[in-house]
Amino acid sequence: MTHRQKLGVALVLLAAFQLLIVFAGFFAPYGFATQDRKRPFAAPTTLHFRDAQGHFHLRPFILDSESSELYPVRFFVNGAPYNIAGIIPAHTHLFGVEQPGRIFLMGSDAYGRDQFSRFLFGGQISLLAGLIAAMLSVSIGILMGGIAGYYGGWVDELLMRGGELFLALPWLYLLFAVRAALPLHISQWEVFLLLVSVMGLIGWARPARLIRGVVLSAKQRSFVMAARGFGASDAYLLRRHVLPQTYGVLLTQMTLLIPQFVLAEVTLTFLGLGVGEPLPSWGTQLASLQQYYVLSSYWWMFLPALLLIPLFLVFYTAADALQELYKTVTL
Amino acid sequence: MGRTHIWAKCAALVLAVAGAVAPGVARAGQASDDRMILEGVPGHAGGRLVVALRSEPKTLNPVLAVDEPSREVIRCLSADLIHINRGTLKTEPALAKSWSVSRDGRQYTLQLRRGVRFSDGEPFDADDVIFSFQVYLDEKIDSAQRDLLVVGGKPITVVKVDRYTVRFEMAQPYAAAERLFDGVAILPRHLLEASYKGGGFSEAWTLSMAANQFAGLGPFRLKQYVPGQQVTLEKNPYYWKADRAGNPLPYLGEVTFLFVPSEDAQVIRFQSGDTDVLSRFSAENFAVLQKQQGTKGYHLDDLGPGLEYNFLFFNLNDLGSKNLPEISKKQAWFQDLRFRGAVSAAIDREGIVRLVYGGRATAIWDQVTPGNKLWVDDKIAHPKQSVTKARELLQSAGFTWKNGALVDPQGNPVEFSILTSASNAQRAKIATIIQDDLSQLGMAVQVVPLDFHAMVDRLQSSYNYEAAVMGLVSGDADPTSEMNVWLSNGETHLWHPNQTKPGTAWESEMDGLMEKQLVTLDYAKRKQLYDRVQEIVAEELPVICLVSPNILVGAANRVGNFRPAILVPYALWNIDQLYVQ
Repeated sequence: MTHRQKLGVALVLLAAFQLLIVFAGFFAPYGFATQDRKRPFAAPTTLHFRDAQGHFHLRPFILDSESSELYPVRFFVNGAPYNIAGIIPAHTHLFGVEQPGRIFLMGSDAYGRDQFSRFLFGGQISLLAGLIAAMLSVSIGILMGGIAGYYGGWVDELLMRGGELFLALPWLYLLFAVRAALPLHISQWEVFLLLVSVMGLIGWARPARLIRGVVLSAKQRSFVMAARGFGASDAYLLRRHVLPQTYGVLLTQMTLLIPQFVLAEVTLTFLGLGVGEPLPSWGTQLASLQQYYVLSSYWWMFLPALLLIPLFLVFYTAADALQELYKTVTL
Repeated sequence: MGRTHIWAKCAALVLAVAGAVAPGVARAGQASDDRMILEGVPGHAGGRLVVALRSEPKTLNPVLAVDEPSREVIRCLSADLIHINRGTLKTEPALAKSWSVSRDGRQYTLQLRRGVRFSDGEPFDADDVIFSFQVYLDEKIDSAQRDLLVVGGKPITVVKVDRYTVRFEMAQPYAAAERLFDGVAILPRHLLEASYKGGGFSEAWTLSMAANQFAGLGPFRLKQYVPGQQVTLEKNPYYWKADRAGNPLPYLGEVTFLFVPSEDAQVIRFQSGDTDVLSRFSAENFAVLQKQQGTKGYHLDDLGPGLEYNFLFFNLNDLGSKNLPEISKKQAWFQDLRFRGAVSAAIDREGIVRLVYGGRATAIWDQVTPGNKLWVDDKIAHPKQSVTKARELLQSAGFTWKNGALVDPQGNPVEFSILTSASNAQRAKIATIIQDDLSQLGMAVQVVPLDFHAMVDRLQSSYNYEAAVMGLVSGDADPTSEMNVWLSNGETHLWHPNQTKPGTAWESEMDGLMEKQLVTLDYAKRKQLYDRVQEIVAEELPVICLVSPNILVGAANRVGNFRPAILVPYALWNIDQLYVQ
């Protein structure tokens, strides 16, 4: 498979995944906060195609453990209201079963909430966190790396040593301090944005170093020198000749940083620094695995973690393919 | 927050005079050996019991210890004059073999056991008792037990009558006087007087001292301390109890306390047979352990509700001097009984019992749990969750709904945060369930898990909070142990602590009731008074009581005479009788 094909497959998979996440409300059978207090830690619901008499049904059905009744799985059902992309109100769900039956494709958590629905809604927060933080740190990276690489001298020294300071910072403790200093009243979204911006602000040093390197070599290129000889301004040179050469690095950095920051969100939430109940994120879903009884008794609580593995693989494949692709282009 | 309560143990199940032990004066010329004979199955001598502690004990000094791990170890090393039997919840003779009470209920004369020796072989007599109380009552030493030994505003006075007789005098009659002595460990004067007089008492008896510098009257004595790993105790050969066959107690040759920092790690160590006894663990872990109960050589006990009550409360402090305008504004809701009533009605207590404790808990509507059979008021109503009733209450208080969100009469949306301790998974879960329940009323609630100390700081000094979920564990079944919670000037009067005078009519009534029960000697009359306190709590909802978890314990099958109790320490209270097969 060529790099271009590899990239294509990865991008299609990523797009499909993003669609699932963006339209979480539609694909999820329940709201993320809907509790079913009769069914805490319910195992994943089995879909049956054969009834007790051995007859085959095309439409799958579930056997409800509470009432021991059969409920066929229905498509395009009305259910809990949600907003598409946070704006358009809707209440149609792709699939569901009639009340009081429940369909938990990935089981339920300690409050009887559907893990599958929470995984999809959680993706909205976790992926958004990854995206915003990655964009933020790459933008700062361009600015700092570009200036440092292009101007060199004491500016370069100052910016790069500053970046090293950021890399050396014990940022986990910094985040603890930031969270502790926050007032109790700020909303979950504000906590989220704050953490994301802190993550993004701290993460700029690594892309900045790479970009500085690219800029440093780019400005020595003969055509850049020639343009300078013709009297091109710094801004023109940067915009027209130098920065375009960093795009490959930028794209690969983005695809690498997004999953990294998603994981950072997971880690932070795991440590109790992320968004709080009842908002779901992949971090909150994994946080329950800290407890021995969850680890030892409810295997389906691992499912969100397992699903993240292929997702990150796709991200890294895309990054890898991008890097190879740009290498061939620039050569 | 067991912290303020661990040492709060006084109280009277048994009335002062009509105790289990007939008061009397020891006859002169009695046998010099006054050993106490314990009932129970005679066990095998020797063997070792291994128990896990959540952290290292900070000290072995009974006067200074405030943390539970220290107290757990000290309980094995020391003895008191009159003891609360955890099995019967009644007082029984310990180092005092009998006692008599003066007619006015203010003087207690205690006869000490004769021939008792400290674990280093030195004899014990009245001078040790006088010395011990002198230390406990010394304001400079600042012992946690001192508050309990101050009755009617005056410290108890202790007088030596003769070598084996001591008299205690109190400023006023005190219903729970006998229970005061529980946990007040008698110190060896011959070892500690020098450091006390020399001003070095606060450094005396840390864990790093040599074992021979230490002596106590408990069933065990210090053998070895390995920092970061364990502390080992060995049998005290001079212990003053024996079994009914006349064998000296304790049976165990050694007790080892391992330092195992987390509950989960403790559960795993117990499961694998590294430790013999397990207490203080969650219902979820109980369920995990239960699965292997038959095959792994241990058994589990669910003792039913203990004395812990968990509740939600709102900030009702007078915030006049504090600069907290946001919270002051919201207090208009919190102070409205109809608002608190609506919150109470909307909470699904049964759901909490099921989801948080897997059914191993009991829903409660006032502070006395069903585990406290002598004091629980059966007349308190147990209304089921009713969102309709909650909405009616809010409507009657002028609240309305706008697009499903609750709005107060001034048009402000009802939003507040609930603090919980981040280290307590159960309470965080309770708060999340409450959050969901209150969202049905249109209230936007945030759950804020905080470090325990940060939370206590907000609750008790800065008052910078709106609501909190907390739990208290009474140190004793008797209401006296709850004085600091229900008196309006109490430090643990959580919703509005340390008031100079009661802020509301019902708090003033509660003050009167609590103070009166303290000096009433008749159980039936005290019960009436305390029932009224429970009614006030259920009606006025200063704290919205939610749930009382069951006491869960486990022990290896090889441990004999294991009789866990609902009072702290749940499992090791009869360690002098435990044996291993």
